[in-house]
Amino acid sequence: MSDVPFKERVNAALQNPDRLRAISSGAEAAFVKRNIVLESLPDPDATRDLARQIRAHTIAHLDRYLAEFEANLTANGGQVHWARDADEARQIVLDIATRVGAKRVAKSKSMVTEEIRLNAALEAQGIEVWETDLGEFIAQQAGDHPSHIIVPVMHLTRQEIGRVFHEKLGAPYTDEIPELNLIARRTLREVYLSADMGITGCNFAVAETGSICLVTNEGNGRMVTALPRVHVAVMGMERIVPTLDDLSVMLQLLARSATGQKLTVYTSLVNGPRRPDEEHGPEEMHVVIVDNGRSRALASDLAEILYCIRCGACLNVCPVYRAIGGHAYGSVYPGPVGSVVSPILGGVPAFADLPHASSLCGACKDACPVRIDLPTLLLRLRRETVKQGQQPGWLSAGMKGYRAVATSPGRFRLAARLGALFTRLTGGRWFRGSLPGPLGAWTRYREFPPFARKTFQQRWQERSRHD
Amino acid sequence: MPEPPRNVSLFVTCLLDTLFPDVAQAVVDVLEAQGVTVGVPAGQTCCGQPAFNAGYWDEARAMARHTLDVFGDSDEPVIIPSGSCGAMIEHYYPELFKDDPEYGPRARALAGRIVEFTQYLVDVLGVTDVGARVDASVVYHPSCHALRGLHIDRQPRALLENVRGLRVLEQANPETCCGFGGVFSVKMGEISGAMLHNRLDAFEATGADWVVGVDVSCLMHIEGGLRKRGSAMRTKHLALLLAEGIR
Repeated sequence: MSDVPFKERVNAALQNPDRLRAISSGAEAAFVKRNIVLESLPDPDATRDLARQIRAHTIAHLDRYLAEFEANLTANGGQVHWARDADEARQIVLDIATRVGAKRVAKSKSMVTEEIRLNAALEAQGIEVWETDLGEFIAQQAGDHPSHIIVPVMHLTRQEIGRVFHEKLGAPYTDEIPELNLIARRTLREVYLSADMGITGCNFAVAETGSICLVTNEGNGRMVTALPRVHVAVMGMERIVPTLDDLSVMLQLLARSATGQKLTVYTSLVNGPRRPDEEHGPEEMHVVIVDNGRSRALASDLAEILYCIRCGACLNVCPVYRAIGGHAYGSVYPGPVGSVVSPILGGVPAFADLPHASSLCGACKDACPVRIDLPTLLLRLRRETVKQGQQPGWLSAGMKGYRAVATSPGRFRLAARLGALFTRLTGGRWFRGSLPGPLGAWTRYREFPPFARKTFQQRWQERSRHD
Repeated sequence: MPEPPRNVSLFVTCLLDTLFPDVAQAVVDVLEAQGVTVGVPAGQTCCGQPAFNAGYWDEARAMARHTLDVFGDSDEPVIIPSGSCGAMIEHYYPELFKDDPEYGPRARALAGRIVEFTQYLVDVLGVTDVGARVDASVVYHPSCHALRGLHIDRQPRALLENVRGLRVLEQANPETCCGFGGVFSVKMGEISGAMLHNRLDAFEATGADWVVGVDVSCLMHIEGGLRKRGSAMRTKHLALLLAEGIR
C-alpha cells in the first residue's frame, strides 16, 4: 500500500493528462477487442454461466480440490508449500533460493509475487531478479510498478519506454516497437540461459492432474519453467480448477476477456520437474500456495471475489480506472476487483477509500467473465468501512441528520422549506456560488439546482382538496 | 391477456419532490393521459439509497422501513420515475431486510411491485407512442442503474422514437457512466468531476438541445456541469419531454 493518501494520489494522477489519455485509450481499445472476440464463442453467455458455475463450485469445495492438487503434484515429483501470509510465502521462496544457491532469478508475470513483494526480498539477499514479461520488464527497468494487472505499463508511451531502454540498457534511443522488442529480447535471452531459478505465477492449477497452467504471449513462461534448474510457482490459494475440461472453459474466457484474443500465443501446462526419463526441464519444481487473507474472504460475504480469474476486463471497462489510472489506487490490484481484493488482503483501514472510489455503475459486473457482482461486494465493504469507523465525521453526522429528516414527513417538509429558503436567498435559480465544506466538491464541478417553492406532495395535497 | 393494472401508486422520490416537482407532475400527466389512476400515498420521503450506497446501512434501513410503511400492503404497482431508486428497492431492500421476519417479507413484496415509469408504459401498458410532438434534438443518456440494474434502455428509446418532430442523436460510448454516483459525487469529487467532463464532451459533440434520461439525479449532475461550463445544452427527464409534447 502507498503512504500517500488516496485523494492526493488521485490529484497527482489528474495532473498528468497525457498519461491518462494513454491509459484511457489503451483500456478502451482492449475492451473493444474483448467485445468483438467474445462474440466468436458459439454462445458467450452460456460459456460465462458455465465458467461461473465452475468457479462457484471450486471455491465452495476449495479444501478438497487443493488437497487433490497437492496429492497429484506430489505424485508427479513436485513439492507443495503452504503460506499463511506474505511473510511466510517470501520466506519459503527465499529458503529454496538459498538452499539451491540461486544467484539469478528469471521471473514470468505474476501478480501474487507483487502482492507478497517478493522481488525486493530476493534482492535484499543479493539475488538478481529479472522480470521477463515485456511489460513487467519495462516497469522493472523504469523503477516503476505495474498500473494494470494484464498490461503492466499501460500508463507509459513508447517514447518513455525508448528513453528507459536507452538509459538503463545502453541501447540507442528508438521508439519503434519492433526495435524495442528486439532490445528486450536480446537482454532476456541471456537471462534465460544464465538464470538458476525460474519463478512464475499460476493462471490455473488443475487438481485432477496436479498441473499448473501458464498463459503468455511472449513464450517467456516456457523459458522460465524449462531452462533454469529450479522452478518455483507462486499461486493464490483460489487459482484452482478441478479438471482439464474445466480449464478449457476458463481458457476460452481468459484471453478473450483480458486481451481480446481467442487464446494467448502460449498456453503451458507444467506437471512437475524433469522425470528420470526426460532430458530437459528443471530438477526441482515447487508450488507455493498463498493464503494471505483469502480464507478470511472465503468465510465472509465477500467470497465471490475468489471467483476472479484476473483477466482485467473490469479495469478496462471501468470509467473510474479510465479517469485516474492504476497507480492512483495505491495497491497492487487496481480497478474494481482491486477495490474489493485490496481491503481483504491488506485490511480495511489501509484501503478504506477504495470501495468508495466507484460510482457503482455496474459496467464491471457486466464485463466480468464469471459475472462477479462487484458493485454488491463494494457496497458490503462500504458497510464495513462505516462499521469500523473509517468514514469522515462530517459524513457520519450528515447521515444521522439525513436519517432524522427522511424518517419523518414533518422534518422532511421542514428540510424542503429550508432548501426553498436557501434558493430564494440565492436568486431563485441554479446556484452558481461555492458551497462550504465538503459540499464544495459539488460546486467545484457543477451548479446546484433550485429547490422548489412547493414540493410535489404539497401541490398534490392542494390538488386533492380542490377536486 | 389479462387487463393491465391501471390503478397505481406513485413513489415521487425525494429529488423530484423537492427539486423537480414539474417532472413528478409530468409523470402523472402522461399516466393520466393513458387512462391510469394515480395515487400518491402521503408521507413519502426518501428510499434511503444515498445512505445505503455510502455504507450507512442502519440509516438506510430506517428510511427503507419508513418507505415500506408508506406503501403498505396493497398490491398496486408502485411507479417510480427513477432507475436508481427503483433498482435500490428491487435489489437491495430484500438484502437490507433479509434476516428481518417483519420487514423482510414486506421488502420482498415492494420489490415485486416497483415498476419504473417507462417500464410501466412500454412493458405493462404496451404503449410506445403517447402522441407527443416535440421539435428538438436530443441524446438519450442511459443511466447505469436503469440500464444495468433494471435493463431499461429499449423502453425509453422506443418512446423517444415515436415522438413526432424529435431527432434522436447518438453520443460516443453511450453506456459510459456520467460520474454521479450519489455521495460519490461529493466524497470523490475529483474523480466524479473528471468522469463528468468526459461525458459532457461526448454530449456536446452531438450538438443536441437536450440530454434526456430517466433519472433526475444523473441529469442534475449533468446539467449542473453543462451550466458550469457555460454550455447552452440542457437536460430533460423523459416524462417532462413527453408531457410537454402532449399538452
